[in-house]
Amino acid sequence: MPFTRNELDIDPAQESERIIAFIRQTIGRQLRKRGAVVGISGGIDSSVCLALTVQALGAGRVVGIAMPEADSNPESAILARKLARQFGVQFIVEDMTAAQIGFGTYHRRDEAIRRVFPEFDPTYKAKIVLPGAMENGKVLNVFQLTIISPEGEEKTERIPPAEYLQIVAASNFKQRSRMAMLYYHAERLNYAVVGTGNKNEHEQGFFVKYGDGGADLKPIAHLFKTQVYQLAEYLNIPEEIRKRPPTTDTYSAECTQEEFFFRVPFEIGDLVWLGMERGVPIEEIARATGITIEQTQNIMRDIRQKIRATEYLRMEPFHIHQNQEVNA
Amino acid sequence: MNAQDIKNTIRQFIVENFLFGDTSVTFEDNESLMETGILDSTGILELVAFLEKEFHIRIPNEEILPENMDSLHSLEKFIQKKLKMNAAS
Repeated sequence: MPFTRNELDIDPAQESERIIAFIRQTIGRQLRKRGAVVGISGGIDSSVCLALTVQALGAGRVVGIAMPEADSNPESAILARKLARQFGVQFIVEDMTAAQIGFGTYHRRDEAIRRVFPEFDPTYKAKIVLPGAMENGKVLNVFQLTIISPEGEEKTERIPPAEYLQIVAASNFKQRSRMAMLYYHAERLNYAVVGTGNKNEHEQGFFVKYGDGGADLKPIAHLFKTQVYQLAEYLNIPEEIRKRPPTTDTYSAECTQEEFFFRVPFEIGDLVWLGMERGVPIEEIARATGITIEQTQNIMRDIRQKIRATEYLRMEPFHIHQNQEVNA
Repeated sequence: MNAQDIKNTIRQFIVENFLFGDTSVTFEDNESLMETGILDSTGILELVAFLEKEFHIRIPNEEILPENMDSLHSLEKFIQKKLKMNAAS
């Protein structure tokens, strides 16, 4: 059987049933909780998770929580509200801006940006991007900082390691404080926290450890992004959410997940990755995807590197086991 | 600076900065630093910053490629080429 684009197709009804049973059993039998909270961002992944959780537990046992902050696109919370209304769940908006000010998220981040671009001030917007893998496929993952002036003038520079790490560490307060807020609501209700990461995010490490990665269960962590879209259609997720480009919604400048992390469109990256997992010959993957063998190799290398480099994100804290020898 | 000096300088940087001086982790001159997990994306930023400072060269993004960066051997060849270009200009 030749390897084709259709390999990513799932039976959405069957897959939904499987996930719904998983959610019900995990929350009821393993976690022994009475319901679930889902952080909803107005994006496709959290919308699908909310819809599946509602089917698993009933709308009365699910709470959808939007947690915007000053840099969030206002459309995100509007879409989240619409989603919550459609699925009949309680909807809570927690404005996280004051928490970010308390943590110094913006101040610490902007201080690092100004070390690269001294002219940067709060009227500017900023984002971190990676070179696109289709046109610059061989270039390694070199993070670049882009600032956009109020007049729309863009400047991009490769970002030095110390500044890169500080910007990311400061921005990660956003995801970590959201996690804390989700657990506040989960604990007061005796509910579980549903993590909304898909396979791309979970395995390539596009999440914040103890931030959006901190959850009790991750019901779609086995699904490629393109498969999440298939489920979204089946579950009647609003079209505005399904058609919206996946965004980090973390940086002040508009920044898609493709620019920031994945480097290739999902329909290409997912097919290459699936082929790679199944050991399909590279020529066949390239043909099915409609790209060159060299581009396929570059994408494969990038995926392998990301999985390896982010292993630590998926690790539990290390400790010494009883009787374990540690040589000096 | 000869080839061995360049490799030693880079090796020392990698061992001290990425391996906490742990010399029990060995890597050959031709071994892929990315495949072995020694070099990740933050490591590349750090390595490039180090190379620019240590060898007084400028490395544009287009040159941050596996064939230039992925092993001590390729790094040494790349640095030699950059140093020659610097000397010529």
